[in-house]
Amino acid sequence: MSQSFDDISAQLKRRHRKSARLKWISMGALGLAGLFLVLFFADMLVKGLPAFKQAQIQVQVDYSEQASQLPLAAVNEDVRSLVSRGYLRLIPGRMEDNPELLGSTRLEWVLADGQVDQYLKGHHSKLKAGEQAVVDRLVEQGRAELRFNTTFFTSGDSKMPELTGIASAAMGTLLTLLVTLSVAFPIGVMTAVYLEEFAPDNRFTQAIEININNLAAIPSILFGLLGLAIFINFFGVPRSSPLVGGLTLALMTLPVIIIATRTALRSVPESIRHAAFGVGCSRWQVVRDHVLPLALPGIMTGSIIGLAQAMGETAPLIIVGMVAFIPDVTTSFTEAATVLPAQIFTWAGEPDRAFIEKTSGGILVLLTVLITLNATAVVLRKKFERRW
Amino acid sequence: MQTNQILAMFGGALLLLGLVAFFLGRAKATRVRAGGTAMFAQPDQYAWFTVLTTAGPALLVSAVGGFALLLLGAEIPTLYLLAGSLVVACLGLAIGMLMVRSDFHARQAIERVIRFVLAGAALISIFTTLGILVSIIGEALRFFQMQNFWDFITGTTWNPGASFLEAAGRADEGGSAAQFGSVPLFAGTFMITAVAMLVAIPIGLLAAIYMAEFAPSRVRTLAKPVLEVLAGIPTVVYGFFAAITVAPIIVSVAGFFGFEASFNNALAPGIVMGIMIIPFISSLSDDVISSVPDSMRQGSLALGMTKGETIRDVVIPAALPGIISASLLAVSRALGETMIVVMAAGMRPNLTANPLEDMTTVTVRIVAALTGDQEFASAETLSAFALGLVLFVVTLSLNLVSVIMIRRFREKYRVNNL
Repeated sequence: MSQSFDDISAQLKRRHRKSARLKWISMGALGLAGLFLVLFFADMLVKGLPAFKQAQIQVQVDYSEQASQLPLAAVNEDVRSLVSRGYLRLIPGRMEDNPELLGSTRLEWVLADGQVDQYLKGHHSKLKAGEQAVVDRLVEQGRAELRFNTTFFTSGDSKMPELTGIASAAMGTLLTLLVTLSVAFPIGVMTAVYLEEFAPDNRFTQAIEININNLAAIPSILFGLLGLAIFINFFGVPRSSPLVGGLTLALMTLPVIIIATRTALRSVPESIRHAAFGVGCSRWQVVRDHVLPLALPGIMTGSIIGLAQAMGETAPLIIVGMVAFIPDVTTSFTEAATVLPAQIFTWAGEPDRAFIEKTSGGILVLLTVLITLNATAVVLRKKFERRW
Repeated sequence: MQTNQILAMFGGALLLLGLVAFFLGRAKATRVRAGGTAMFAQPDQYAWFTVLTTAGPALLVSAVGGFALLLLGAEIPTLYLLAGSLVVACLGLAIGMLMVRSDFHARQAIERVIRFVLAGAALISIFTTLGILVSIIGEALRFFQMQNFWDFITGTTWNPGASFLEAAGRADEGGSAAQFGSVPLFAGTFMITAVAMLVAIPIGLLAAIYMAEFAPSRVRTLAKPVLEVLAGIPTVVYGFFAAITVAPIIVSVAGFFGFEASFNNALAPGIVMGIMIIPFISSLSDDVISSVPDSMRQGSLALGMTKGETIRDVVIPAALPGIISASLLAVSRALGETMIVVMAAGMRPNLTANPLEDMTTVTVRIVAALTGDQEFASAETLSAFALGLVLFVVTLSLNLVSVIMIRRFREKYRVNNL
C-alpha cells in the first residue's frame, strides 16, 4: 500500500514543525536562564540600593556638662528616640577630644535611628505613631532626609544597622587575598612551568596532572576542613586570621592558576622555543626569557579569574572561623578578621529587617568588584591575545 | 629578643651574605676569564651559582629545624637554629667560591636546582590532596572509635544532642544519648540535589543545543559569557537570594494550591542551586555537541532527516558520554555546595519525601558542627569530618567516572580541545 503525495507532504510538514518546535524550546531555555539573571540583578538592586542612603536628622546638640556623663541628655527629649544611640555614645569622647565644645549648643545633622531610616524608606518600622508624627514634621521642615551613607563604607560591623559598614570586611578581604595571591601565584606558575616545560612524561607527572584536575573538583568546604585540621590544629596558625583564610583559599585557587597557566604556556608556539634552543639557550633560559613573557597575559587573566573566585568563597572560611564580629578595621595578618562574603552571611542571619537592606548593599559592592575583576580579565585577554 | 626581630635579622644577614656571594663569585669568574682561560659559563651564572650554594643550604637547614621545632617538639632555641643556618650559609659560600672554576658547568648546575625547585612546587598539589585525606580520615577515624560505623551509615536519627557534655566528662548530666544516624542528612542532600538537577539539566542541555545547533554566531558569542556570569556569582549571594526572595514565593505559591510549605523548604535552595549549575552543564555540553563531527550531521541530513531529527537521533546520542559527564560533574558540585543550603535549607534533620518540608544536608551539618564554641574532641565536632569523608569519597568517584566518560568520547571522535 503506497501513500499519496498529500500524505507524505503532510507528514513532512509535521516533521518540520517538530524541528521548529525544538528550536523554540531550546531558545526558550536560554532565554529562561537570561531572564533569571535579569530578575536576580533587579531584585538585588531594588533591595540593595537603599543601603547607600541613610536617614539623618537635624537636631540641637547640647554639649553640656551633663551630656559628657549622660550622652542621652545632649538632645531634646522629643527627638531623643529618633537619634542613633550609637551616635550619642560617641558624644563624650568627642567632647574630650574637643574641649571647646563644652557648653555650646549647635544645630547639627546627626545619624538617625535605624527605625527612622526604615520609616523614611517606606518600609515597616517599629516607630510608634507619635514618633512617626515627629518624623513627618521634621521631614516637612526639611530637618530629616536621606543622605549618602558614608558610614557604610568607613565603619566596621555593628549590631545597630545604621552604624554598620563594610570597611573591616573589605580590609579583611584585601589581606586574605594578598596571602592567597602571594602563595598561590608563584606556586601555581612554577607547577605549570614544570609540568609543561620540564617534566618528563612519566608516572609521577601523570599523577600530578590527575591530582590537579581532582583538586579543582573537590567541594570547597573540604578545603575548610583541611584548613581547620592542618593549619589551625596542627601548625597552630591563629584561628579566624587572614593568614589561615588566605592559605586555605590559596590551596583552592592553585588548580585554577595551574590550569590557566598551562593553557597559556601551551599556546606559545614551539617555533619560539626551537629558535631559542637553536641559539644555545638552556631550558630555563628559554622559559624565562621567551616563553614566560609571551604567556604572561594568559597567566594574568587566569590568576585574576582565580582571585575573583577566591574572593566570593565563603564556606571554607566559615570553617576556619572567619565569620567573626569585627567592629574595627584591623591591618594585621594574624588577628581575627572577616571577609565580604562572610560579612554578608553574618548580616543575612540578623533578625532585624534593616539588615536585609545592608546585606543586599554588601552584595552589590561584592558583585561590582567581582564583575570589575572579571571584566579586567576579559579586557586583558582581548588586548594581549596573539594569534600565531 | 622578639622572635620577629630575630627572624628579621636572620633574613637581613642572609640577604647580605647572598649579595656578597654574588659579587665575590662574579669577581672571581671575571678574574679567571680575564686571565685568558675559556670558561664553561658566564660570570653572572657563576655569581648566581654561589648565591644558590650560600642561601639554599641555609634555608633548608632553618626550614628543617623549624619543622622539627614545630612538629616534633624538639627543643632547639630559635636563636641557635638561625645562627647555625648562618654558619651553614658561610660554609656554602666558601664551597661555592671553590667551585668557581673554568671547567665547572655553572649554568647546568643552576638548571638542575631550578628543575628541582619547580618539581617541589608541583608536589604541593599532591600534598594538598594528601592533607585533605589525612586530616579528614584521621578525624573521621577518631569519630568512628566513639560511634559505630554501621549506625552512622544506616541510622535514621541524627541527634548530636548532649555529646558535648560527654566530651567534657559530664556524660551523666545530659538527657538523651547522642545519635549519629546520617540517613536523614543524605536524604536531604539527595532531595535538594535532585531538585537542582531537575532545573539544571533540561535548561542547561537545551540552552547548549540552541547555542551549538541553532544560534547565529553573534548570539552565541554573547550568550556564553552571560551564562558564565551565573557561575561567577558567589554562592553566599545565591543563598541570600534563595532565603529572602525565592523561599517566600514558594511558600505563597504552595499556599495558593493548598499545600503548607516551610520557609526552609528544600525547593528554594534546590531551584536556586539548579540555576547556579546551568552554566556548568551548558558550557561543557555545548563544547561536546560542537565537536561531534559534521560528517554525521551531513549523513543524517542526506538521508532526509529534518534538523530536529538529526539533533535528537544522531547528534545527542553521539554526544551522550560528554553530556552524562557534564551532568555528573554538576551532581558532584551540587552535593558539595554549602552556602546556599546553609542559608536557605533547614537545620533540622528530617527524613521525608516532601520537598516543601524543611530538611538539612551533609554540608549544613558540617558547618553547624564546626561553627559553635565546642570542644574539638566532642563527637559532634568529629562527626563533621566523618560526613566530610563521605562527601569526599562520593564527589571523587563522580569526578573520576566523569573524566573516564569524557575521555571515551574524546577517543571515539578524536577531539583534542576537550
